Order: sequence, then structure tokens, then C-alpha cells
Amino acid sequence: MNFKRRDFLTAGAAITVASTLPGYASVGGSGAPHVVVVGAGFGGSTCAKYIRKWDPKIKVTMIEPNDKFISCPISNWVLGGMKTMADITHSYDTLMKKYNINWVKDRVVGIDVDKRTVRTAGGQTIAYDRLVLAPGVEVRTDTVEGYKEAAAAQKVVHAWKAGPETALLRRQLEAMPDGGVFVMSLPKVPYRCPPGPYERACLVAAYFKKHKPKSKIILLDSNPDVTSKPALFKWAWKTYYDGMIDYRPNNAPKKVDHKTMTVSTEFDDVKGDVLNVVPAQRAGEVTALAGARNDSNKAWCVVDFISFESTAAKNVHIIGDSVLSNLPKSGHMATNHAKVCASAIVELLNGRQPTPTPVVTNTCYSAVSETTAGHVATVFRYNPEKKQWDAQPGGGASSQGDEINHIFNWAWAESIWAEVLT
Amino acid sequence: MEEYMNRILIAGLLGAGLLGAAGTVVASDAHTRVIASTCLSCHGADGKSKSAMPSLAGIDKTYFVTQMKAFKSGERPASVMHRHAPGYTDQEYEKMGEYFAAMK
Repeated sequence: MNFKRRDFLTAGAAITVASTLPGYASVGGSGAPHVVVVGAGFGGSTCAKYIRKWDPKIKVTMIEPNDKFISCPISNWVLGGMKTMADITHSYDTLMKKYNINWVKDRVVGIDVDKRTVRTAGGQTIAYDRLVLAPGVEVRTDTVEGYKEAAAAQKVVHAWKAGPETALLRRQLEAMPDGGVFVMSLPKVPYRCPPGPYERACLVAAYFKKHKPKSKIILLDSNPDVTSKPALFKWAWKTYYDGMIDYRPNNAPKKVDHKTMTVSTEFDDVKGDVLNVVPAQRAGEVTALAGARNDSNKAWCVVDFISFESTAAKNVHIIGDSVLSNLPKSGHMATNHAKVCASAIVELLNGRQPTPTPVVTNTCYSAVSETTAGHVATVFRYNPEKKQWDAQPGGGASSQGDEINHIFNWAWAESIWAEVLT
Repeated sequence: MEEYMNRILIAGLLGAGLLGAAGTVVASDAHTRVIASTCLSCHGADGKSKSAMPSLAGIDKTYFVTQMKAFKSGERPASVMHRHAPGYTDQEYEKMGEYFAAMK
């Protein structure tokens, strides 16, 4: 198979010209299929990249209002002072230029599933053949009384979407005196990043142990037990932070009062110096615009896993944390939803059938101290009869942390950022 | 199974010479490109790792298959690969090996 670089460059040049036209809307008659991706996180960026990689004749528009990619994975390291915001903030330039993705820096405010168009806050109407929604989660700040006021006063944040809230929470932890109390509250499953809250407790504890050893952490868990890597985290709390972390299961937050710095559960009023309340979540707002939050609770999106097409909205594919499934809601898994979805879209737009039994894998590291980490890793194979993913033999989690996993934790982050963005 | 293999064969023929944006030519079927590409979240964009994980681009196919089998059996100790390897079939090892060997 001989590949002529000149041919590729010519095709690339043609696409660049087309991409200067707003949303390709005016090139709709050209016959080239057009995919619009909404959201350039782990899932959306990967999907856009792989559609362009696997079929360069498909045009791709990305709608993403943020200038930079800020990674949730490793954001707990920023809270612990092991990394900085700069370490988790990455440019979109290579992704958009290398793959000739038409980047519209805007927000979607309307979706017309019948006409196959999206409308943006900036007033553009963009037509698509296939639409990919990758918005992550919507954090239900309305489910905890007083949260919105506390957040508006910059007193309480969830920092469950990495960005300015991560930086603010870090500043609050830095300003806290030695002997202070950090209260963290986490919601019932399903929520984004199951091990995230427990890793956060570990890395904040690591910071306290070094700089503010008289301080305490109260972890209010809405769930009856640690929801991910329980052996690893319980081992770390005992081994490294004995007496520092007060873990309280079955403690769902009802109310937060930033004037008295109190989180109230059904049983207790818990006071702290720094409060970090992570409310319940549901599929990202934009999925509701397509009528795609269609599970029994109207919270998450039901999809056909062969293509990740919504069962409620034709030609609309949903990937990442918004999807209802038995797969973990992780950034790593979002990239794999994206690859299955991108491959299926390429097949469908070429009149072929997608692979009927996709296989995806999840690899998720959690740091438990400055130098140690553990992992959970599982391969999942789609079972078309059961319409769910079968965990394959061999999968499982570390029961203790070690230095090798810590080295691979950081290597994983560097690798996946490169895979998603370059 | 036969129908599935036919589909793979047809998809493989149609998809042969898929053009990677980095200038690589990747011949594969849709099933293989999905499972192989999922490895790259750890093993590096275009199979070229810039971190502690080994690169997969251009790997010898036989070596790849042997190592996957060794991870599965436990013969080769690993930090996480013993969790991944048992999740794939011997045929998938072969297909992934071909895919990565062709990746330049």
C-alpha cells in the first residue's frame, strides 16, 4: 500500500478551506458527511480525532466554549500540592489543527433532532449528519439546600469539574490553619469518577500530614461503604493517615450553611474550616436538549452500545459520563466509548455495519500518598443479548498502594493526554 | 462465527489502507481497530509512548502475541497487564499484533 504524502496534503488543504466556513453549514451540498461533536473533554476530543483519523473525508466540527483542556484526573494531585494547575491544563491547538477539526468556541442552546441541526448561544445554526454529545455530568447543586448561596459566596465548591474551583479549593486548604477540619461530602452512586473522593481524602491528608499535622478530615459518604478500590483506600487510611481521616458512611448531605461553615446530614451537623460538597449528578445539560435523558429516573442517557446512538434521539450519539451503563464513569472509559462510537459512525456513514461485539478496557489509577498508588483495571466485552457489558476474567483492583503504580499513574496521565489531544 | 469472520474479511478489505492522520497506513477491520486503539490511552498516541509505558507501534507481531499470552498465564509478571490480557481471545491477540506491527 503506497501512500503519497502529497495527496494527503492536498486533501488536508481542501478541508482547511471548508473549515473556515461557519460550521460547514454552507457546504452541506458537497456530499461529504458532517459530524458535529459537542464537548472537548476526554470523550469528545477522542471521538473527533478518531473520526478524522479513520475516515478523513468526514468533516468534523467541535463545539467547545473553553479555550483549554483541564484534566479532572490528576486534579486531586493539585489539591494535595503535588502538581499545579499548569500541569493539568493543556492546549487544544494540536488536536484541532492536526486533524482539521472545525472548532466553534460556543455553547449549544438548542438541538432539532428532526432537522438535524444544533443552535449555539452565539446564534449559529449548524447542520449535521451525526451528532455526538460528550458533555460530562451536570452537578445537581439544587439537591443540597444552601449550596448555591455558599458557592456564590466562594465559600463552598465541589471542584468535581477541574478548573477555577480546583484552584480555589487548593487556596482554601492552604489558608486553613493547622488543627483545622476539612469536611468532604460525596453523593450516592452513580457519580463521575467513583474512586475520586477517596483519592482526594488521601492526597489532602498527605498535604496535612506534612504541613498541618494536627488537622482532621471528615469524609461524609452518602453510600454505605467505599464505592471503589475499598481495600486500597482503607489500607492507605490506616497505614499513612491513622487517626486523621474520620470516614462516615450513610451520611448524605441535606444542607450546607457557609455562614456557620456547617454541612448537615440527616443525623448530624458537621462543622469544618474548609467544606467540599460534591452533590449528586446526572447527564450533562445538552443531552436534555435532545430529549436523551431517558432512563427511568430521567437522569442518564440510554444508548445502543454498538454505536452509542441514543435510544431516544436518532442520529444522536452520547458518550462518556452521561451514559447509563455498567461501565465506570471515568475519563479513560470515555475515551473508549469515543473509539467505539467513532468507528461505528465511520462504518454507518460508509453504509457498513459497526462491529457487533465491541470490547473496551478501563484502567484507573488512584494515588494514595505522594509516592504510592493503586489501580483498578478491567476489560469489558459487549453482550448483545443482555445489552450490557460483561466484565472479563482477570480484572480487579490493588489492595495496597506501591511505588510502581505511582510511576505508572503519572505515566498514564501523560499518555492519555497525548492520546486525546495530539 | 462464519458470518462474523466474513464480515471482518469484508470490512478488512474495504478498510484496507485506512489513512492515519500522522501519515501511517493502517490496514485493519473495524473490530481490531477499536480494540487496538483502546490500548493507546496508556501506550501513547499513534502507538509511540512518551512516558514509562512501552510503545506498540512497529512491534514484532510474534513478540506481541507471546507477551500477551505470558501476561495471561502469569509467566510474565506485570503491574496491570495481567488484568487486561485475559480479557481478549487468542485471535484478538493475533489481530492486534498485526495492527501494531503495521503501525509506523
